[in-house]
Amino acid sequence: MPDLAIVLPSVLNGLTTGALYALVALGLTLIYGVLHIINFAHGALLMLALYGVYFLNTVLGVDPYVALFIVPPVMFAIGYTLQRLVITKASHGRDENILLVTLGLAIIIENLALMGFRSDTRIIDTPYSFEVFEILGTFIPQPKVYAFIGAVVTAGLFWLVINKTDLGRAIRALAKEPKGARLVGINTNHVFAMSFGLGVACLGVAACLLLPTYYVSPHVGQGFVLVAFTIVVLGGMGSFVGALLGGLIIGVVEALGGLFLGESLGQIGIFVIFIVVLIFRPTGLLGHKV
Amino acid sequence: MTDTMKSGGLGRRQFLKNSGVAALGLGVTGFPSVLRAQAAPVKIGLVHPVSGFIAFSGSQCREGALMAIADINAAGGIKSLGGAQVEAVLADSQGKPEIGASEVGKMAEEGVAGIVAGYSSAISLATSQEAAKTNTPHVVDVGVSDSIMSRGLENTFRFGPGYGNIANFAVDNLNAINQASSSPAKTAMIIHEESVFGTGTANLLSERLPSIGIDVVDVIKHANPTRDFTNIVLQLKSKQPDLIIPANYYNEYVLLARTMRQQRIEAKGIYSVLGGAASNYKFVNEFPEAADLIMDCNHWFNPKSEVAMQRKTAAEAKGLIYTYEVFLAYNAVLGLVDAIERAGTTDKAAVNEALAGSNLDMSYMPYAATKMENGQNMGAAPVNTQVQNGDIEVIFPSEFASAETVFPMNG
Repeated sequence: MPDLAIVLPSVLNGLTTGALYALVALGLTLIYGVLHIINFAHGALLMLALYGVYFLNTVLGVDPYVALFIVPPVMFAIGYTLQRLVITKASHGRDENILLVTLGLAIIIENLALMGFRSDTRIIDTPYSFEVFEILGTFIPQPKVYAFIGAVVTAGLFWLVINKTDLGRAIRALAKEPKGARLVGINTNHVFAMSFGLGVACLGVAACLLLPTYYVSPHVGQGFVLVAFTIVVLGGMGSFVGALLGGLIIGVVEALGGLFLGESLGQIGIFVIFIVVLIFRPTGLLGHKV
Repeated sequence: MTDTMKSGGLGRRQFLKNSGVAALGLGVTGFPSVLRAQAAPVKIGLVHPVSGFIAFSGSQCREGALMAIADINAAGGIKSLGGAQVEAVLADSQGKPEIGASEVGKMAEEGVAGIVAGYSSAISLATSQEAAKTNTPHVVDVGVSDSIMSRGLENTFRFGPGYGNIANFAVDNLNAINQASSSPAKTAMIIHEESVFGTGTANLLSERLPSIGIDVVDVIKHANPTRDFTNIVLQLKSKQPDLIIPANYYNEYVLLARTMRQQRIEAKGIYSVLGGAASNYKFVNEFPEAADLIMDCNHWFNPKSEVAMQRKTAAEAKGLIYTYEVFLAYNAVLGLVDAIERAGTTDKAAVNEALAGSNLDMSYMPYAATKMENGQNMGAAPVNTQVQNGDIEVIFPSEFASAETVFPMNG
């Protein structure tokens, strides 16, 4: 039985870790939750963004938080181009083809990274890597607090884009009724690519906020993909607030599960919660708001 | 999928000068190069996890093995086979035992003369078992589990130490360090990864530490990969052990060390056993403060050996970090080729017999004379290292030591 005095610090840690998971899941909720594209390349693209942040820092001395102005736009361009020139053309509009194309992309990207960057684990050192905020007697690493804030702001921005802009209306129309959207003149290829680009740009944000406390290697993304898919379904397909909430719940459950069940069994809690939620709310926590 | 690769590397004279290869039975015999070129190459399978969660270590193994092959070829190949060049057949186990075994099966069909595999204990167990079906000689490069060698497989050999030996060595030396200290450690917590290596090491340590007066207050197992160590470190903080004993792979070790620093953990010592990063120049160079004064019981080279230091320099000149994976895989290839050389044939039974009788001079390692018992080199031993002033120093045994032990680390 663990010391109860560490339950609160563990919950706080779970919230900040969950925010990082939510950041990775936010892009996926747009791509998978709204457009129903099963993007197996999500982890590989996260890895690519992490390398971008790493090289900006180590080669050009760009702070990861300054890289927020560089990496997400570049990732958006990569996402837009991939969707427009590769995924759309290679899949011919069939879901099973999309799945295979994104899986193929993941393999290609990871192996190119392995060839170009070798399998070395790379970490950056920043002046604040080991700095902490003391909250309720608990040391919370500063980068994790910034990631928490970043996740909330990003979820809010995504919500605004989807609910308050013409692009958002077009995305929602395309998700609900693709033929109808075409009939009313929506350029579906462009909107699909914009959505994919935005989802991938979100990985750029996640990478900038993640790297100060994590590492990058060619296979680093694989550790986040399953969790991200779980969060998207748990939060409700296409719900950004749901993804944030789902991420936080997963983070806390993982932390408490690790504490009470042991670290290697801690992840069981995630999937127990996942199954329970799906039994009682098949659309996920906030799924009805899509 | 397997690839073949014939390596070229150091010049022949350079290699002879550097490694004293004559002592290995691989020295000059005076074959004209034209005759050497006519001998059929001898294929050796190298199975390592060059992708997946332990890809860094697997790649290091592959590089070390390829360096050895390049050096052997540059020195004239296998003399007893007319100067036959050694050709590497490469395969990626992806960190999965079943894939490693499947690659070994393919290599055996391809007719390799022997196999060097597989970095992790779990993979080595599977690859050696598969190689045993065709009696293909199999040299384990790094895998430390004692169960690899205790199954009585006649084709399986290991030149490095197993973890039973390492754990005993670690506990004995920890006892010596503790006895010499004015503030000895009385409690310890073990943090280990979940596979055969981490679990086996943790079990052995848990059994032996109480016998030297150290109470194990908790043992925490974690998954590979673990994304966040805060929870584990919070438990460390709560139980306040005098000693923290990590036994895990590189990525997890680095995250653990960073989190301990973030959470201001203050222990008398961090004493790793086969710590994935504690004896790794990359970790020490990137995080000198987090690494400072961490002790480790691990594979290491003999820092007083000129050959060892020259090999280190050669590896670093190739852009490699000279980790234990590099030199253990190098040694495994040398051991296998030395056996083929002495056997004078690639017949599997003859090579296995030659391996069983190996007396390879490994004075560039902190080992006693090579002596094989049931495939295990009984002369192999680990050392204790400690990170001091941004470098990795050997602190035990005294005949190989390059620095004095600093304990407790917080003064």
